[in-house]
Amino acid sequence: MAKVLMKGNEAMALAAIKGGCDAFFGYPITPQNEVPEYLSYHMEKNDRIFVQAESEVAAINMVYGAAGSGARVLTSSSSPGIALKQEGISYLAGSELPAVIINVMRGGPGLGGIQPSQGDYNQITRGGGNGDYQLLAYAPETLQETVNIVKRSFSLADYYRNPVIIAVDGLIGQMMEPVDLDQKIEEKKSPAKDWAATGEAAKRGKRNKIVSLHLDPYQLEKHNLKLKAKYDEMKENEQQYELINMDHDPSIVFVAYGSMARIARSAIEALKKEGIEVGMIRPICVHPFPEKAFETLPKSVTTLLTLEMSLGQMLQDVQIVNQGRYTLDFFGRAGGVVPESEEIVEKVKTIMKGAAK
Amino acid sequence: MKTKTIYKPTSGLTERDLTYCPGCTHGIIHKLAGEVMAERNLIEEAIGVASVGCSVMSYEFFNCDMQQAAHGRAPAVATGIKRVKPEHTVFTYQGDGDLASIGLAEIVHAAHRGENITVIFVNNAIYGMTGGQMAPTTLIDQKTSTSPLGRKKEGAGEPLRMCELLATVPGATYLERVSVHDPKHIRKAKKALEKAFDVQTKKQGFSMIEFISTCPVNWGINPNDSLQWAVDNLIPYYPLGVYKDGTKDDQS
Repeated sequence: MAKVLMKGNEAMALAAIKGGCDAFFGYPITPQNEVPEYLSYHMEKNDRIFVQAESEVAAINMVYGAAGSGARVLTSSSSPGIALKQEGISYLAGSELPAVIINVMRGGPGLGGIQPSQGDYNQITRGGGNGDYQLLAYAPETLQETVNIVKRSFSLADYYRNPVIIAVDGLIGQMMEPVDLDQKIEEKKSPAKDWAATGEAAKRGKRNKIVSLHLDPYQLEKHNLKLKAKYDEMKENEQQYELINMDHDPSIVFVAYGSMARIARSAIEALKKEGIEVGMIRPICVHPFPEKAFETLPKSVTTLLTLEMSLGQMLQDVQIVNQGRYTLDFFGRAGGVVPESEEIVEKVKTIMKGAAK
Repeated sequence: MKTKTIYKPTSGLTERDLTYCPGCTHGIIHKLAGEVMAERNLIEEAIGVASVGCSVMSYEFFNCDMQQAAHGRAPAVATGIKRVKPEHTVFTYQGDGDLASIGLAEIVHAAHRGENITVIFVNNAIYGMTGGQMAPTTLIDQKTSTSPLGRKKEGAGEPLRMCELLATVPGATYLERVSVHDPKHIRKAKKALEKAFDVQTKKQGFSMIEFISTCPVNWGINPNDSLQWAVDNLIPYYPLGVYKDGTKDDQS
């Protein structure tokens, strides 16, 4: 299919349909409303399920029910709504159910604002639900990358029997960009859902139970270790990142994702014109964090400058991975303020001035 | 001597030992629900939703596919299941803390949307599993571990009546309150469950049967006297009967 000009939220919704999403359950919240609005019409037209739930809490529990029955399920929301879904996300992870969650991030904490933000980094990579669980978390940069990830996420969720969260800042949700929804993606091959509670106990000859309760601590620990093995596999196989402008011996390397990475690209171009080469590590999968990217940096690198539309959340992951190898610096804007590339250029020059002293 | 089977356990329940305290009526209610689903050949294809509370382990007892829900969320979980499995029987089994307190929004909106599910609601006017705390259904002056001086209207409000509340919701189809304190009422309760599952089979929408139940351990009353206490105190405040029957409209 040729490229079409689409709004981010609508493109994600269409990508979900193309990714085989059977059912959507959601609740209105800005700036993600075009996702349920689009799906309310197109899911019905495609003989699939759309339900506007009474709350985000109910929506994620509908997701839990439908996923337990073996369906490919999606919910979408924005920051405070994702906070409300955390209980259900913990149950999904505990019961090993596949589901896809889209977070169109806005400023916080609390009701915060409705302008783009990356303040949910900790929420999506650490989660707010209880217990020892992890998510696969993606933070794409362009609409094309976003729709490809949305499409693929259903097979990833099925393969790992684990929720996948895709976090875009409000900028990506709201902007329009040409996008090809039929670009070939490599689906993760997943086994048949013989565990699902499909209401076929008699036919199957055995009851299927979807449960996160394990009252015996030794049994629960065994379950925790089983989950951990899955998370280790994710860490080994799902790290995804892009390295940018690394073959020009940069001394400073940005670490940035989502819209911030787009702005950083402009800064890289502007600095290049002034003869300053800056590289970038762009995490695409933010959890598991792409540690591997940090192993391959050129010898010229001295400083990692983390850029975020928050006051330093991914920075903590960079600190963990860095282990004292490089000098760390940070630039961030928060509250829904989208920085200009000039601010990043200035920050680079300030660092260089400091280094020259 | 020829043997004749006059009674056997229902195939609607598994052979697992129930985890309920001695003397509480969960066992009777499980048996009735299991029987009704087995007699109607629903148990083979049913999907049940266990809630949080005393009946949290009900996924081990009903002889069908089961899913365990978070506290209060069973009607939302059942909604998700029923929407993707509309040809299957879907039911929830919930207590009064779960349904009338933390899950009030979910039950009202499941009824409101007219979800074609059956809710088995067990009301013993107390939180049993957590050790006998006050529920929204606890009677005025009833002593619990969080209302040691008795529930007071000021501050704690008057007990919520769920059948009456849901009867005001346009989407609800069938609502009945029953009791299982004696054989006559047990038979009547079974008829109510039959009706509720038939409503679902005929795709007539949301049905809920509320069971007046007992909690001898947390009430501090022996099992036999508990039944009488329910008759003397709960039933007067929670009158038995059909609160809504929308199937009559459907047939016209």
